[in-house]
Amino acid sequence: MRAFAKILATVYALLLYGFIFLPVVVLVLFSLQATQFPIPPFTGPSTRWYAAVLADTRLTTGLLHSILVAVGSSLVAVTLGFLSAWGFARFYLPGSAFLRGLITLPLTVSYLIIGMGLLVLFNRVGIPKSLAAAGIGHVVVNLPLCFAIIYSQMGDHQINIERAARDLGASEWKVLLLVTVPVMAPAIFASFFLSMTFSWDEFVISFLLTRFETTLPVEIWNLLRSGLNPKTNAVGSLVFGVSIVLVVAFELLLFRRKQS
Amino acid sequence: MSTKPASERATPWALVTPALLWTLCFFVLPFAAMALTSVTAKDGSFTLSNYAQFFENPSYWRAMVNSLQVTAIVTVVSVLLAYPLAWILAEQVPERFQRLALMLAVLPFWTSYVVRSYSWLLVLAQNGVVNRVLTGSGLFADPVQLANTRLATVIGFVHFFVMLLTLTIFANLKQLSPSYRKAAADLGAGPVRTFIHVILPLTLPGIVVGAFLTFVLAIGDYITPQILGGNNELLMPQLIMMQIGRRGDFPLASALAIILMAVVTVAYLASARWLKIERA
Repeated sequence: MRAFAKILATVYALLLYGFIFLPVVVLVLFSLQATQFPIPPFTGPSTRWYAAVLADTRLTTGLLHSILVAVGSSLVAVTLGFLSAWGFARFYLPGSAFLRGLITLPLTVSYLIIGMGLLVLFNRVGIPKSLAAAGIGHVVVNLPLCFAIIYSQMGDHQINIERAARDLGASEWKVLLLVTVPVMAPAIFASFFLSMTFSWDEFVISFLLTRFETTLPVEIWNLLRSGLNPKTNAVGSLVFGVSIVLVVAFELLLFRRKQS
Repeated sequence: MSTKPASERATPWALVTPALLWTLCFFVLPFAAMALTSVTAKDGSFTLSNYAQFFENPSYWRAMVNSLQVTAIVTVVSVLLAYPLAWILAEQVPERFQRLALMLAVLPFWTSYVVRSYSWLLVLAQNGVVNRVLTGSGLFADPVQLANTRLATVIGFVHFFVMLLTLTIFANLKQLSPSYRKAAADLGAGPVRTFIHVILPLTLPGIVVGAFLTFVLAIGDYITPQILGGNNELLMPQLIMMQIGRRGDFPLASALAIILMAVVTVAYLASARWLKIERA
């Protein structure tokens, strides 16, 4: 009975792992095929479509734009999130609970609706579509996240260190920069990283708020109009590879931190 | 407590104002603009015709029904598939391999969302892998229509949410103290009874949170139904994007977006109440 349950569990786990990995394996496998269509049978490895991706200036500039928007919007989101988290955690403010709720409110609204709201507003005010407009949208979705992560990590033990610094004559801004920021570095780093990955992968806001210059997910979307295309496989595999490297690096960083 | 000088009282507001201003200008204000647009007629007068259209036009109404059906199916199937996997990872896999096994189980989570949907299109296409296997094995004479169906949308969604829910349910199971299980065993309960009467009820609040997250993310998603489901059967986000893209009808799109948001809010209120009862 026990052995039977064990076998059943193993089979179930393997089936689900198969389901989870099936599309990724198919994606990567057929990106390595030289034929015009990424469909079976597999006819042997070739880097033809990777070369085609790297030669496609629309995709490479899309990549640059994506990095630009991800870094820029994450910097703004982390800075605003950290400052407000510190303000709410350390000082008494009237209406604090309501204001904190307001900052985290965008978390409950879908990206589509946030993007549409900005589109309608920018349209009324006359702000043209641009990468900056998409960046603004990315800050809207990532600021609550950064705020929530950093606010939750502001423990009481840090208050004493800050008090000590103040007693030794440091000004508020000096305390912030020389004491609080270094102590909060893991939470700041984690929220920055999370913002980066969300912004990097975000489609619908960028789709609505950019026009000629756009981000990589939107360029990939444009590729999809041509149907099944090995170039899409290649660029998708590249994006996947970059993400995996980032995630593994993040894991190793955290792991080393925990051990030391 | 001594009274602080004015400059020091100003500090906390200087810290929180930028974030509050950002939220007001780029979240609250856009929402107000959207609400205003949804009730403004072409000549600038007040109108509810955009909302009336939703209730009068059966195809719009249909999109909402489709969205609710697909989201409900996705939520239920994802929870049912993810729970056993999370349980196996937490209970059956040796402690030192758990982190690795979990990381592997959610690895495709990190592919681009657009690319992940496209990958399923490759798998489910007329001449894709699944159809090759089906026709090759002689089970079916002709390829089966899988892409551009509701089934494809559901598969794409379930793939994503199984990974998300495995993560959250796994975390939930690991948080349970082992003494619960020991106590149940001491009182004579077998593994099955322990699971049904102890483990499952204790992880239920976490499941509800995960299910709610699935519901909210799935019902607002445009990418998966557009790529995998196609235009044979529209879901709400597709209908909204269609008003913006093809017709440039911002007032109708705004009204539809607000209706969709209202539905999500109702779902939130319903599950929030239920959650509180569960926790008490």
